[in-house]
Amino acid sequence: MFELIRANKIKSWLLILTLTSVLVVLGWVIGEVWAPGGGVGGIAVAVVIATVMNLLAYYAGDQMVLAMSGARQIEHKDLPQLFNVVEEVSIAGGVPMPKVYVIDDTAMNAFATGRDPRHASVAITKGLLMKLNRDELQGVMAHELSHIKNRDMLYMTLAAILVGAVALLADMFLRGLWYSGAGVRRRRSDREGGGGAQAVLIVIGILAAILAPIVARLLYLACSRRREYLADASAAMLTRYPEGLASALEKISGDREILEAANRATAHMYIVHPVKSFEERASALMSTHPPVEERIAILRGMGHSASMSDYQAAWQRYHKGQRLAPKAALAAAPPPPPARPPAEGPRAPETQEDRLRRAHEALDTFRRLGGFLFIPCACGVKLKVPPGYARPQVRCPRCGVQHSLAEGSEAGAAGQ
Amino acid sequence: MLAGWIALGVVVLLILWFVASYNGLVRARNNVRNAWAQIDVQLKRRHDLIPNLVEVVKDYMGYEQEVLTNVTKARNVAMAAQGPAQAAIAEAGLSGALTGLYAVMENYPDLKANQNVSQLQEELTSTENKVAFARQYYNDSVMVYNTKTEVIPTNIIANMGGFQKAEFFQAPEEEKAVPKVDLR
Repeated sequence: MFELIRANKIKSWLLILTLTSVLVVLGWVIGEVWAPGGGVGGIAVAVVIATVMNLLAYYAGDQMVLAMSGARQIEHKDLPQLFNVVEEVSIAGGVPMPKVYVIDDTAMNAFATGRDPRHASVAITKGLLMKLNRDELQGVMAHELSHIKNRDMLYMTLAAILVGAVALLADMFLRGLWYSGAGVRRRRSDREGGGGAQAVLIVIGILAAILAPIVARLLYLACSRRREYLADASAAMLTRYPEGLASALEKISGDREILEAANRATAHMYIVHPVKSFEERASALMSTHPPVEERIAILRGMGHSASMSDYQAAWQRYHKGQRLAPKAALAAAPPPPPARPPAEGPRAPETQEDRLRRAHEALDTFRRLGGFLFIPCACGVKLKVPPGYARPQVRCPRCGVQHSLAEGSEAGAAGQ
Repeated sequence: MLAGWIALGVVVLLILWFVASYNGLVRARNNVRNAWAQIDVQLKRRHDLIPNLVEVVKDYMGYEQEVLTNVTKARNVAMAAQGPAQAAIAEAGLSGALTGLYAVMENYPDLKANQNVSQLQEELTSTENKVAFARQYYNDSVMVYNTKTEVIPTNIIANMGGFQKAEFFQAPEEEKAVPKVDLR
């Protein structure tokens, strides 16, 4: 697995390098078209744009993403099980415990962010918390932790920004040409007299401006999908229980709700693609994520083992003649002796009661975070008073006893 | 002149490679030690949690006190254990005693409904997982470290620097036989 991370790293740097060179070449062509001999200036503008955006993403990207998704940080006392599960998988992966965030949205999704394992966060929506059991939660969190461990967030954010910079530059050029192109061309041909060469350069410029963003995007998408597979494989290896993630993905894919907090800019970070519009799902080539059905089938195809090579074998049934990772990397990572016996067969099925209790727990947590007061009544009802409640007393709807708001505890501890 | 520069370049590269490989070995070995320490941290957490569980459960279980005594005894044995081999057996005994307790607890619906108990159970389940994952990570780091000491050319440096191979953690037989209890 450690070898895999290295192979992954090299590929990612190649991607960043390729994208940067696309950006530089585009900058040069545009500069030359604007003003002959201005190629260097064009490169300078391109590099400045890319550098500023990269630095911003490097130091503030995670906070920006978390703020954009409306995520709130939680402690152990808020949701012990979620916190414990994250701690478990971080021990399994040997990385520091990431910060845990929750998103008040009923869609089912989760993501990880941060530039390195020391500055990492994982976030999960209310909808997912309500639906997943402990094993499934563990699978999802192991997938997110694998992104952290493989430093996927850093590379993919940098790559996304470079793709964005290429698109931005190309857009600026095409718009500029549209509004003032004619004037520029006439002035230049007067001065130079070599209109033919200039016209060819303009055509090349237009072609580059149209093609570069597409090429950059396709490269980026291919890399993103591969990283999703690798995170699935690492998650199976960390938990030694691929079925947990598989059944979580199954639950998530059955959900057709759109995550309001996500948009195209943050879509690549989530465990499954959050924007479920038709055109986003229409083409596998244009998605940041592999099809969920395929990911589930691969995880289930691993059988009772959980090593990287088992995942690769299952993966190859879908991608004939291709390899997910270099052979040397897999040979260097044979399945280690399992520290705990691999779970056998299906576990005890959940009862309706379990599901309800889990949903209530998740909902109460969000109420608590939202400033609700919890007042236990002697008749067994737990009163939940919203933060805007104006009167000093509240009546129990079942037995009619009056409670004063002072009895309530914000932590909700009295009711537990 | 040129040959001299090339020779110098090769020597510098060799030194750089030596330093990098040696440091890599040291880092891998420290990682193994650190992973071993992490197991102890989690085991201690488990020992600390058990008295709380026993305290809460005691009042509900009038007739089955010996299950609780077993757990307490097993915990004391585990805490007194010396060395990894003895500790492994003692911890396996503790896991067995806890499984017995959980099985009995299933018969008390009041107990299952108690929030304190279910929170403690979640903490204990999580700690058991953490112990297992800490051992798993220990084995993963041992594998990385041992591979480093075995492959050419790092094995030359490992031999020179006296880097011994680390031992894998092997779960004792009786612990392997313990069925996984599902507590949600």
